[in-house]
Amino acid sequence: MLDNITKFFSRRRTWSLPYVLFMAVFVVMPLVLIMVYAFQGNDGGFSLENFRRFVNQAEAANTFIYSIGIALITTIICLILGYPAAYILTRLKPSTASLVVMLFILPMWINVLVRTLATVALFDFLRLPLGEGALIFGMVYNFLPFMIYPIYNTLQKMDSSLIEAAEDLGATPRQVFARVVFPLSMPGIVSGIMMVFMPTISTFAIAELLTMNNIKLFGTTIQENINNGMWHYGAALSLIMLIIIGITSLFSDSSEDGANEGLI
Amino acid sequence: MAKSNNIIEIRNITKTFPDKVVLAGVSLNVRKGEFLTILGPSGCGKTTLLRIIAGFNSATSGEIYIAGNEMTGVAPHLRPVNTVFQRYALFPNYNVFDNIAFGLKLRKVEKKEITERVKRALRMVGMTDYEHRDVQSLSGGQQQRVAIARAIVNRPEVLLLDEPLAALDLKMRKDMQMELKEMHRNLGITFVYVTHDQEEALTLSDTIVVMNEGEIQQIGSPTDIYNEPRNTFVADFIGESNILNATMVRDRLVRFMDKEFECVDEGFGENTPVDVVIRPEDVYIIRNAEAAMFHGKVRSCTFKGVHYEMFVDTPDGYEIMIQDYNAFEVGSEVGMMIKPADIHVMAKERTENSVRGTLVDATHVSMLGETFECEACEGIEPGKEVIVNFPFSAVELTDDPDDGVSWGTIRFILYKGDRYHLTVSTDEGESIYVDTHDVWEDHDEVGIRISPSALRITAAE
Repeated sequence: MLDNITKFFSRRRTWSLPYVLFMAVFVVMPLVLIMVYAFQGNDGGFSLENFRRFVNQAEAANTFIYSIGIALITTIICLILGYPAAYILTRLKPSTASLVVMLFILPMWINVLVRTLATVALFDFLRLPLGEGALIFGMVYNFLPFMIYPIYNTLQKMDSSLIEAAEDLGATPRQVFARVVFPLSMPGIVSGIMMVFMPTISTFAIAELLTMNNIKLFGTTIQENINNGMWHYGAALSLIMLIIIGITSLFSDSSEDGANEGLI
Repeated sequence: MAKSNNIIEIRNITKTFPDKVVLAGVSLNVRKGEFLTILGPSGCGKTTLLRIIAGFNSATSGEIYIAGNEMTGVAPHLRPVNTVFQRYALFPNYNVFDNIAFGLKLRKVEKKEITERVKRALRMVGMTDYEHRDVQSLSGGQQQRVAIARAIVNRPEVLLLDEPLAALDLKMRKDMQMELKEMHRNLGITFVYVTHDQEEALTLSDTIVVMNEGEIQQIGSPTDIYNEPRNTFVADFIGESNILNATMVRDRLVRFMDKEFECVDEGFGENTPVDVVIRPEDVYIIRNAEAAMFHGKVRSCTFKGVHYEMFVDTPDGYEIMIQDYNAFEVGSEVGMMIKPADIHVMAKERTENSVRGTLVDATHVSMLGETFECEACEGIEPGKEVIVNFPFSAVELTDDPDDGVSWGTIRFILYKGDRYHLTVSTDEGESIYVDTHDVWEDHDEVGIRISPSALRITAAE
């Protein structure tokens, strides 16, 4: 008996039980619930009514497309700002580079809401109008490190002899970049795009604070519906968003194997 | 610059880092069309030298000319050389064809010609029909072939090879060696090859450059380097050898292992300390004990494929390595003979230690970064710079660096038949030499003690 107990506790599988339980209750269950609620009509039976409502009701669909647009713009700006930053970082001395990386990560120690409130205060102080511009600024400010870091990682891990080989074969610095460095940093770019694009689609706090509730993103729509007791419709909207995010990640998985390489 | 036969001229190149001298003044000419190998142990500066030729590293001082043009500060992409890297460095985002065509496309060679030249290069390295393969699906040997094709397709003046076969297994390495030699003959371009494998160097090269500690030790043909090593480092590094302390009694007569041997060397003077090198295949074991020059007892006998390798102990305490086609039983008494022409005599680089220091007081001298005790020293004022001489055998090494007066790292171990001759470097970069019977290992950190009575102190000029 005692033997069996010690055996039970010494097995590695046993130690994963708390985590498995946690996952089951807080990750798997909610997902299942979202599925169930999304396909349930107000009477409790199976129905596609919620999805029909989404397609027919212009407001939610428009917010959805607008959100994707904002997410795309944010991602593109992050990429334009982030790539050169990551590239320059890899050229720095290791000690300087780690200091700069630290500086990029430092704001992450502060809660998103606090940072965003500070941004609001900053815009007020500079007498800049809140609105779409402020929203995009806030998004870029919050998500830029998530673009820089994976790109920096892939660039840094790149075998320097590949760059030397390209130079050796007659490539000018610009050609080395275009033909070797950039193509080989694709996994990092893909990771960066995913890490910025996915959360920006669903974010709502930043939008509420930086636009004084004037611009509604899809996340806000979901939140409003749920808050107003429209669980079934809210669940359906969540599911639609999940599917869109799922499709982007599938797309990146198939285009580059090892797209997540840059994450770690 | 005058037109000459040299495709590369390296003039007094140095490369120093704040804490290390990698190249300490290297000058070298590479003749057009030759197969030149830079050979040395890891950390000797050979790869740095190759990278300076390729342009990846810049030299601290000195000049380099390639094909008659000064290339000292020129970027790698403007140099008429191509490199084969140790780890292949194939572009994983391109297939075999595009990897090889990389240089040609950059030079805007016509499409039809590119296809033709890539195919020819592939045929040359025995990889026909591999054009569309993903480079990462290839084996190490195949990747290295593609890397070679990628370099030679550009028809460079010089092909630089940085330990290209080091990552391959033995069988593959041997095959590739033969193919490289064949390729060199067919292409007619100059090869500069870097390796730490002395056998590879002997097999492939027209000229071998032996390097150690950032300096060229010897330049010569493989047979020159093997038969006439210039110093104990070269003798020890190239092939197997017995290196012994000896005294040149007079011309053509040398004394070692307490016996006199006839030899063919002259001009060392009389009763001069020298080193002798005898290759293990040049010691003959003979059955007729009476004709033997010296005797010994076989301690070990190992089969090495073609020959047997035996260690024989002489009654005077020397250990001789012998290679013979016949095996002799362990424990058996054997007689040995060495032909005069097989004894290679080398001048000693040094016969005792000599370091600079400062006299602290009458019985203390500061050197090797610490203060050592010495015997009362008169006639020199404290604070004066002095030169301290002491024999190799006066140095005592301790296991724990803190047990010594000073400390250092063992950098080079030379077995001299009856003792080890060690090179120990201190933190300040000074080297001292130690004779010992104890077995130490390379890179060991050791304490240094020197018996006070052994120190001979003279005023520095």
